Amino acid sequence: MLAGLFDGIFNGISIGAVLLMSALGLAIVFGLMGVINMAHGELMMLGAYTTFVVQNGFKIIGGPLFEIYILFALPMAFLVAAAVGLILERGVIRYLYGRPLETLLATWGVSLILQQFVRSVSWVLVIEIALFCILFFGALWILSRRPDFERIRNWVIAVMLVLSGAISAVTGALLSQTFKLAVNKPWFGAQNVDVTAPKWLRGGLPLGDFQLPYARLFIMALTIICLVGIYLFLQRSVWGLRIRSVTQNRTMSACLGIPTQKVDALTFALGSGLAGVAGCAVSLLGSVGPNTGQNYIVDTFMVVVVGGVGKLVGSIVAAMAIGTLNYIIGSGTLALLLTPIPPLVDFFNFFATTSMAKVMVFALIIAFLQVRPAGIFPQKGRTVDA
Amino acid sequence: MTKRFNRRKFLLYGSATFGTSLLLKACGGSTPTTTSTPASPTATTSPVAATSTAATDAIKVGILHSLSGTMAISEKSVVDAEQLAIEEINKAGGLLGKQIQAVVEDGGSDWPTFAEKAKKLIEQDKVTTIFGCWTSASRKAVLPVFEEKKHMLWYPVQYEGQECSQNIFYTGAAPNQQIEPAVDWLLENKGKEFFLIGSDYVFPRTANTIIKAQLAAKGAKTVGEDYLPLGNTEVTAIITKIKQALPKGGVIFNTLNGDSNVAFFKQMQGAGLGPDKYPVMSVSIAEEEVKAIGVEYLKGHYAAWNYFQTVDTPENKKFVAAFKAKYGAERVTNDPMEAAYIMVYLWKQAVEKAKTTDIEAVRKAALGQTFAAPEGKVTLENNHHLSKFVRIGEVAEDGLFKIVYASKEAVKPIPWNQYVADTKGYACDWSDPAKGGKYKI
Repeated sequence: MLAGLFDGIFNGISIGAVLLMSALGLAIVFGLMGVINMAHGELMMLGAYTTFVVQNGFKIIGGPLFEIYILFALPMAFLVAAAVGLILERGVIRYLYGRPLETLLATWGVSLILQQFVRSVSWVLVIEIALFCILFFGALWILSRRPDFERIRNWVIAVMLVLSGAISAVTGALLSQTFKLAVNKPWFGAQNVDVTAPKWLRGGLPLGDFQLPYARLFIMALTIICLVGIYLFLQRSVWGLRIRSVTQNRTMSACLGIPTQKVDALTFALGSGLAGVAGCAVSLLGSVGPNTGQNYIVDTFMVVVVGGVGKLVGSIVAAMAIGTLNYIIGSGTLALLLTPIPPLVDFFNFFATTSMAKVMVFALIIAFLQVRPAGIFPQKGRTVDA
Repeated sequence: MTKRFNRRKFLLYGSATFGTSLLLKACGGSTPTTTSTPASPTATTSPVAATSTAATDAIKVGILHSLSGTMAISEKSVVDAEQLAIEEINKAGGLLGKQIQAVVEDGGSDWPTFAEKAKKLIEQDKVTTIFGCWTSASRKAVLPVFEEKKHMLWYPVQYEGQECSQNIFYTGAAPNQQIEPAVDWLLENKGKEFFLIGSDYVFPRTANTIIKAQLAAKGAKTVGEDYLPLGNTEVTAIITKIKQALPKGGVIFNTLNGDSNVAFFKQMQGAGLGPDKYPVMSVSIAEEEVKAIGVEYLKGHYAAWNYFQTVDTPENKKFVAAFKAKYGAERVTNDPMEAAYIMVYLWKQAVEKAKTTDIEAVRKAALGQTFAAPEGKVTLENNHHLSKFVRIGEVAEDGLFKIVYASKEAVKPIPWNQYVADTKGYACDWSDPAKGGKYKI
């Protein structure tokens, strides 16, 4: 009984840790900034793919170094996802602040673009995109120094868009004709790719007749480190102070000389980077493929909404609660605990499969949100109305 | 003022993004064309090119698979196998003195799109036959189209059975050619207590109904059953249930599909459930999937198919070599690809026998065709299914399968399942118009 209880608690927390890890980035982007980022899952996917690339790099080096590739993959995943997040914020989202519906659609579109990108990315494609960007933005930059730029601006854009598009398309076609498979072959393809955890993360820590998987322990530790890191960053650093002040009162912060745009970009990049780290972490447990992100996006939003938008501690509690609930219903532990009351046992046995447990958890969440629409820890104060 | 400026800027960047995505799209679309055109000048992949270069003396066939969306993962390699077969036939002089020209359409992992594209291939491109579909859902979606137009579909994937259409030739395994022998083999070699796990949709549920009936008939026990929603990657609860139901070890029969497989095997290993005590028999993991999941997690587990890349026949050596030469040395071949490859040849033989591409004549001529396939000699039976060899493989170090069991001869297909009460005693025979798709024996 005691072992069973321990098993249940450990498994519940470990599911919760995965949920929390993947929701942390969103808790910042959606919770603090209020951006509904549907591309969050795809940022995780990019993190997972970065892990794949780093793993393959270390495989070439080989030897004992391979066993610690994951420690290099984590910061790399953070950097790649943060960079993409930065581009996303600067290129799309900053024009959409305060317009949640448009943000939702735009980021959903971005998520589809990213998915298709990893499916079809090849040398030709990268060269084409790079060429296009250099030509188009280079031309804009050069021409923007002309005094009459404002007048000819629309013309320039129309002409350069077509011109640089055509040039890069022709270059791409030429390259693929000349080098064929060498440049045409997709880097990853539509298939899932194989991320194999290093040996020391593959087994488990035996405890009696029960085994704690190392990968789960690793994710728990990683989640705690990330939490502590975020807490220290937000509470103890200058930029953290600025982030908090901008989320509380943007206009006032701007008046006091805080560069709000920079803060926005930084916050979004931080959230995206955390998504990348989460992607690296879940690659230890699940699949890595173009659809990886979609497997997590619903769960992450669920955690943030249930926890209360804007509160990190809410996300922590919500993730643990949802994880544990999911586990004890899905594994039939709840039915086992209620053995003395036969009708309840039948009821919970019916829900004791993974898909039915999900149904039940969602029903409970809906019921909970009826009682407390703002989540476990609702945000109080003036910001709520703003 | 600032707002207006922002909107303008947004429009500008929006159109730039749009342009880029168009570019991406164009590149994405052009890749298959450029890879296939140099090799096979007549087998154009783009429908536009197909209509513009339509030579008068080419025989047009349709290829209808998902090239985008979730199923693209699996279906793309089947298209590769079909195009390889078409190219080989064309190189060997074509069919009835003409070249075969493939019109490739993308079903987009969306079942209504499959029906729409099937209609387009039949009405607009006037193809003589269609090779296509993977999921049972897509097959069920196009079936009414083929029945209405009295057209012909070749379907290359193992499926749950319980169907026998005059308009479809099924070259993948029926349950009695894959699932049932696998269960028999497990009962003999691995144990009598089974835990069934599958994805939550039609194939695993039907398959598990059959397995449970079969286990009951053989005096074995189903100790548990669980289903994961497609794409779910959290399997901790299931692992606990397995440990509770089978504390001393037992057999796990796995009909999971897609991403859940990866999560399942990775977390099984983490929880310490290895193949020594908990052997897993999978029916949807082939060579390609082993590569994607990672050999480390799968070593020692089993899979049941009709064909593995390691099958030792001269035909298979030729097939594997030809495939690798065309698509790259790191590619692998698997069961659905082999079934797709042989169905093109079976169709070709039927056309040659009928001496015409007329659909009714070909349909009649196809029955009884035999072909020396990579898996061994297969025969197209009167019930539109293929008699096939059954094999069980164990995942080896190199990611390929070590064959631990192979049936001595080809097993005849039984589309209507004899363990399930509803269909017990029924059979299918299209050679006799009086019998048809479902008659009482």
